[in-house]
Amino acid sequence: MQKYDAANDPFILGGHTFKSRFILGSGKYDVNLINAAVEDAGAEIITLALRRANTKDEENILDFIPKGVTLLPNTSGARTAEEAVRIAKLARALGCGDFVKVEIMRDSKYLLPDNQETIRATEMLAKEGFVVMPYMYPDLYSARDLVNAGAACIMPLASPIGSNKGLATKEFIQILVDEIDLPIIVDAGIGRPSQACEAMEMGAAAIMANTAIATAGNIPAMAYAFKNAIIAGRQAYLSGLGRVLARGASASDPLTGFLHD
Amino acid sequence: MNENNFIIDNQSLSPEALAKKHAIETDPSCRTNHMEYMEGMDRIESDIKDKVMKTVNAYDYTTYSKADVTNVISRLKSGESCSVEDFKTLLSPSAAPFLEDMARLAQRETRNHFGSSVYIFTPLYIANYCENYCVYCGFNCYNKINRKKLTFEEIEAEMAVIANSGIEEILMLTGESRAMSDVKYIGEACKLASKYFRNVGLEIYPVNVNEYEYLHSCGADYVTVFQETYNPDTYETLHLMGHKRVWPYRFEAQERALMGGMRGVGFSALLGLDDFRKDALATALHVYYLQRKYPHGEMSISCPRLRPIINNDKINPRDVHEKELCQVLCAYRIFLPFANITVSSREQASFRDGIINICATKVSAGVSTGIGDHKAKYEKNNSEQAVNVVNNATNDAGDEQFEISDSRSLDEIYAAIKNQGLQPVLNEYIFV
Repeated sequence: MQKYDAANDPFILGGHTFKSRFILGSGKYDVNLINAAVEDAGAEIITLALRRANTKDEENILDFIPKGVTLLPNTSGARTAEEAVRIAKLARALGCGDFVKVEIMRDSKYLLPDNQETIRATEMLAKEGFVVMPYMYPDLYSARDLVNAGAACIMPLASPIGSNKGLATKEFIQILVDEIDLPIIVDAGIGRPSQACEAMEMGAAAIMANTAIATAGNIPAMAYAFKNAIIAGRQAYLSGLGRVLARGASASDPLTGFLHD
Repeated sequence: MNENNFIIDNQSLSPEALAKKHAIETDPSCRTNHMEYMEGMDRIESDIKDKVMKTVNAYDYTTYSKADVTNVISRLKSGESCSVEDFKTLLSPSAAPFLEDMARLAQRETRNHFGSSVYIFTPLYIANYCENYCVYCGFNCYNKINRKKLTFEEIEAEMAVIANSGIEEILMLTGESRAMSDVKYIGEACKLASKYFRNVGLEIYPVNVNEYEYLHSCGADYVTVFQETYNPDTYETLHLMGHKRVWPYRFEAQERALMGGMRGVGFSALLGLDDFRKDALATALHVYYLQRKYPHGEMSISCPRLRPIINNDKINPRDVHEKELCQVLCAYRIFLPFANITVSSREQASFRDGIINICATKVSAGVSTGIGDHKAKYEKNNSEQAVNVVNNATNDAGDEQFEISDSRSLDEIYAAIKNQGLQPVLNEYIFV
């Protein structure tokens, strides 16, 4: 049996190499979640809403980010490309580095990303030297535009953010995996380790999750389960999945076995 | 005017003023048409009023049965979203026995949308002059109270004290007097607030779109306007004089604020002024339709109530006790999962602590509704080594709008939120 070794399967993003393919979100829930995730899920990238970074000194979320972890500030709160650029620059000025996850929502009910504004923001930020990771609704044309705009990866949503509903957009994510040459990181809506595993089997490069872990009964245990599911899915993808028949079965004795000359 | 139990005469008024007051109170023909805009008031193109009131006027909550309620609750439990009709069912008296089920559903929606976050803010009254005669309000122009408008130096001193306590979100309030606290004055106060706080909201008299634009440029990003009651007939009998008397201009304030570039808007009926079920329906539909028209806008609902009088032997079925308030709030949450729900310090600590575990997402802390008395209250606090905000500070402060029931400081509220396993959030906002 071959053991999976992340060292032989590096995840490269914006010139940085990561061993973990699990990106952790930090929104909405207790900041103590972060420690659990880093230790038990082995996450090397943690997203952080800049709008949440400025708070009471003793609870500043930046203090909860362990050393050696790459901080991925997001532009949550932006409603236009210009606002996203302003937030990204503010994050860089605060020492959050060059990575930025573009989140632009103009809908306060479903918090769905606005692809058009996201493409504009990606272009502006890429020109400014950011490693741009755009969160988007899985649409092939938009994904291609994001590639041309200078994105470092594509982050399609699996289902509405925070919903834990899993791969509702599976068919469309598969199209992105098949057609886009950048890493596809499935973001938002993944609710169970099995769903994370399934997305990885499909060829996603990484998984981003937050709510699934934050709402679990045992946060560290769930973080650990996600870690293993992501590794399993990655290994399955690399192994080449066995084919699945749409209907019927495949007989092992051929019907034409009697033919001799 | 028998329906008004609020009216009190002010002995310092001149005979002429008193005569005018009595005329306005007793003779409707002395009052202006409350449905007509006054000069200078924006009239925007909007069909939201009509949509809301059409549904509200047709709402007969007595027609819903227990079977209707169980049907709605079972569908919601299975993950269906809540329709307007479902919401009307949940507000009905027949839903009252299902409060625990509603609370579970509401909690699920709150956690899905807000996680465990509970936001904290504090109000700051900068002036209490008012040109309106709203019979139930302590700031009304006929009420003899200490009036005060803070100077910019005083505002800044108050802000420094509040900011020093750790508060990062402020809601600035004035009485409704354009003459005494004009838009420019409020704008300058917003600029000062931006220096001390990350998030600046306003609860002032409704203004025009260009004025909201100006206030936004000064640093304000949220506007709250209470409609008090959505029933125009009742509204007319309670708001007897002043620009606040114009019901439609007030109704359209949130829309004008969004048109002026504000990020978010707040809504409220003062439950108990009129039929609270109808007012709750109107409030929620106001949010619902405005969100559909301005999907980027952040929406928030407050839920003040007129407290039922204890030991009142004439039981009023329309009284809003804690159970009724809880039913309304759960219904709001289930119908509008994305809206912030604010529970003010008018409610007692026990209610606020309980309701943040179900559906409220925003609470005030370290509250004073007086004018210019934070310094005295907060410092008295420290010197006594007490944690509560002391509510009888004696200085030249302006009088309070209403009495509060939860005087806990920021640290106390912060700890109370944490004790419930929730996450107190002082600020999750960025002005762009």
